[in-house]
Amino acid sequence: MIETHLSLLIVVIPLLAAPVIAVLPNGRLPWFISTLVVWIVFVLSCWQLINIQGGDIISYELGGWAPPWGIEYRIDAANALVALIVAGIAAISLPYALQSVIKEIPLKQHSLFYAALMLCFTGLLGITQTGDIFNLFVFLEISSLSSYTLISMGKQRQSLTAAYQYLIMGTIGATFFLIGVGLLYAMTGTLNMADLAQRLPDLYNHQTIHTAFAFIMVGIALKLALFPLHLWLPNAYTYAPSIVTIFLAATATKVAVYVMLRVFFSVFDYSFIQASPTDELFLLLCVMGILFMSFFAIYQTDAKRLLAYSSVAQIGYMMVGLALGSMLSVTGTLVHLFNHALMKGALFMAVGAIVYRIGSSRIEHFAGLGKQMPWTFAAIVMGGLSLIGVPGTAGFISKWYLVLAAIEKQYWFLVIVILLGSLLAVIYVWKMVEVLYFKPQGDVSIQTVKEAPLSLLIPTWILVIANVYFGFNTELTVGTAQQAVALLLSGAVK
Amino acid sequence: MISSAHLMVSALILPLLAAVLIVLSDKKPNLREAITLVTATLVAFIVVTLARRVLSGEVPQLDLLEVIPGIHIAFSIEPLGMIFALVAGTLWLVTSVYSIGYMRGHHEKNQTRFYAAFAIAISSTLAAAFSANMFTLFLCYEILTISTYPLVTHAGSTEAKRSGRIYLGILLGTSIGFQLLAILITWSTAGTLDFKQGGILEGKLDPAYAGILYALFIFGVGKAAVMPFHKWLPAAMVAPTPVSALLHAVAVVKAGVFTVLKVTLFIFGTNFITESGASDWLVWFAAATILLASLIAITKDNLKARLAYSTVSQLSYIVLGALVATQMSVIGASMHIAMHAFAKITLFFAAGAILVAAHKSEISDMKGLGKAMPFTFTAFTIASLSIIGLPPFGGMWSKWYLALGTVQAEQWTLLAVLMISSLLNIFYLLPIAIRGFFSKPDTGEVYTEIKEAPLTMLLAIGVTTIMCIVLFFYPDPFYELATQATSLQYSR
Repeated sequence: MIETHLSLLIVVIPLLAAPVIAVLPNGRLPWFISTLVVWIVFVLSCWQLINIQGGDIISYELGGWAPPWGIEYRIDAANALVALIVAGIAAISLPYALQSVIKEIPLKQHSLFYAALMLCFTGLLGITQTGDIFNLFVFLEISSLSSYTLISMGKQRQSLTAAYQYLIMGTIGATFFLIGVGLLYAMTGTLNMADLAQRLPDLYNHQTIHTAFAFIMVGIALKLALFPLHLWLPNAYTYAPSIVTIFLAATATKVAVYVMLRVFFSVFDYSFIQASPTDELFLLLCVMGILFMSFFAIYQTDAKRLLAYSSVAQIGYMMVGLALGSMLSVTGTLVHLFNHALMKGALFMAVGAIVYRIGSSRIEHFAGLGKQMPWTFAAIVMGGLSLIGVPGTAGFISKWYLVLAAIEKQYWFLVIVILLGSLLAVIYVWKMVEVLYFKPQGDVSIQTVKEAPLSLLIPTWILVIANVYFGFNTELTVGTAQQAVALLLSGAVK
Repeated sequence: MISSAHLMVSALILPLLAAVLIVLSDKKPNLREAITLVTATLVAFIVVTLARRVLSGEVPQLDLLEVIPGIHIAFSIEPLGMIFALVAGTLWLVTSVYSIGYMRGHHEKNQTRFYAAFAIAISSTLAAAFSANMFTLFLCYEILTISTYPLVTHAGSTEAKRSGRIYLGILLGTSIGFQLLAILITWSTAGTLDFKQGGILEGKLDPAYAGILYALFIFGVGKAAVMPFHKWLPAAMVAPTPVSALLHAVAVVKAGVFTVLKVTLFIFGTNFITESGASDWLVWFAAATILLASLIAITKDNLKARLAYSTVSQLSYIVLGALVATQMSVIGASMHIAMHAFAKITLFFAAGAILVAAHKSEISDMKGLGKAMPFTFTAFTIASLSIIGLPPFGGMWSKWYLALGTVQAEQWTLLAVLMISSLLNIFYLLPIAIRGFFSKPDTGEVYTEIKEAPLTMLLAIGVTTIMCIVLFFYPDPFYELATQATSLQYSR
């Protein structure tokens, strides 16, 4: 019974939980219900991933309406992997949320905060589950609107402008996406992605289809913060409450990259992308993004902002994999989606733990904290090593596939850029490490700072250990990614 | 009898276990040092046992896990790796004895962190020596870099921070920028990264590109300190002396040249290198490093800095031996891993003893000190002579074979480089001992206050000094391992 409705339950449970949480009294109850919901969804998404092993595709018809007329949820390895990322990160970060939210958000907003978080969670999961492009837009808006709210709940006044900036950029992106979808619908009369994929090839020479494609690309590129459309991201990550930054950094952009992946390979096919200048353009933007954003990260004075710029650079890596469009490179993208969620989750959690103790994320205020908070410090070092891509960490595996893909295509310049990006990461990671490790404590108040509470440390370290584990055991990440790629690229091969 | 595979694993795991126990016994220094000593003794015993078995022809193997399809973390001991493991494993025990005297005598802080990081570094060194493929070796290489960072920056001063940056910058930079790239290219052309007798690239890689790939490997192994990527080694001298002694004269730097030898023998194969001419222009980098580093060493007044440049120069002997790729030169290079290790660690031990006992680090301040510290200075003299390559000291043998190797390859210029370098060695090493014994201090004072360093330090110095002499008369284990390592390669 549960199994037949699995793909729907993953979306519906948090959706129904959100209004319930909103009317609950403030206190621990909203947190408790959210945690419960998130863990149930996590278990369901693991179940879903097991179900699609072996290359199966699950098709679920909403309300019993057959596709393409009704909305179809269509799950293959790619969806299941991304849904697992979203649910997994949420499941690990909600135990972290309890203390962090008490510290950073006024008590009277707690139930509203958790309700918004559940809506955001619903939206992100919905995007991963649905096989209908208009439905996807709806979920995109659900997740976006709730994340504007979440970001605006930050303590500093700048969080309001950051949320507003994101609102403007995000709305433009969503509108572009919707215009594109509208044009596709006008041409084909269908919104089901599988159906679109069948009808579109006949229309590939049509101007309107190209226009639609361009609108959709720009719309998603805004959402996933592809350089140079990333301007909203650093502010949003810096001024949002710690837990929101952790959650969004580890999931939101990943889901947007997933949408891009679907549009690239499931709605259109790679031959269409290659015929257009899209892949070259994306490669150029990615290369610029990786280099410029890594340089920007080096010069940041705020730890959250530093990591935010690093995220934009990392998105460049993911998009490189898509633009190259080979088996190896798309595997690299999917693996990096997963691994980057782990490393940025761990790093933002560790920085969040410092913010919890000293109330600031400015790097200069971290001086000498390594001695006071050894476990948090060690987490930053380990997360940083993974970000650099040192062997034995998850980050290495993604770099491995991406560089191999570039070598395979003989794009030597790209090989150099990817490796150079790693070296720049050494600089910005070590900038934090050095301040934590060496700087003498200037302030007397710092010397009384204690290690972060266990409720923050344990989730952080779960992610740190995951970073090492998935650096050695790649059965889940690479295995699932390869299954997904086999399905995604089967269109290109035929 | 325990199987060799089990012994191999315990040699890797025991130091890691020790690191954990060391951290747990933070507040009890005596217990903490006891853990280090017991583990080091066990490890030394294990590597000696393994060496006997490897000499009798056994090849212990272990496949741990598969990381990416086709890429394994696997260990397998072949003679070359055994030489390296034997040197690093036994010298860890000696260094541990020395460290206890040094760290306490010099009142160093954060000793727990020091001993823990040291144990992890040794574990990764041994793992590198036992690696069965390039991926495992690369993994251990990087763990070694990172676990040594807290040792290099031990003092926590601004200078330590700056040196730490150079250390990490060059070692991570070259390994990610060049070595990883070389590994990826190798994987994508050969389809495997396993170390195989005679190499894996022959017939798969266009010989025209062999030189470029080989260069990526040589410069990618920053730990081999081939110029222009040598700066990290002098910078790392800011670390406490036991670190300079074991890690920056033996474990870390030898991990570098060991990687170069492994790549030469088991990735390219000497045959392919000779035929493709991959090393034709690279030998000049090694030759230049040998001479330039010796010349720089002469100008250094700080004893540890001089020894560091001497190490840079000596490392390139080994790189040169690999690049020349004749049987004799490879035997010489392999033996030099051991011979240089025993001599150079003695020199560093002596430098540390002088620092602890007399609080002197500059060579010009050491005139006449030999009378106050005769034991230390005698050891220093013997080790210097071994580095120079004179009989009756172990250093002679490796230089002998290296020179024979250049003759075999008919590379007369390289032979001249080796000879000139020996002369330069005399110039920068012997005056230290001679002035120590025969000159008077500039200030005219007589050293009555200064005595020899603590007993544990002298004990360690004594052991390594005696080894320098013993290895002249009995170089057999290292010679036989080196011959075994090369005989298969050249008999094909």
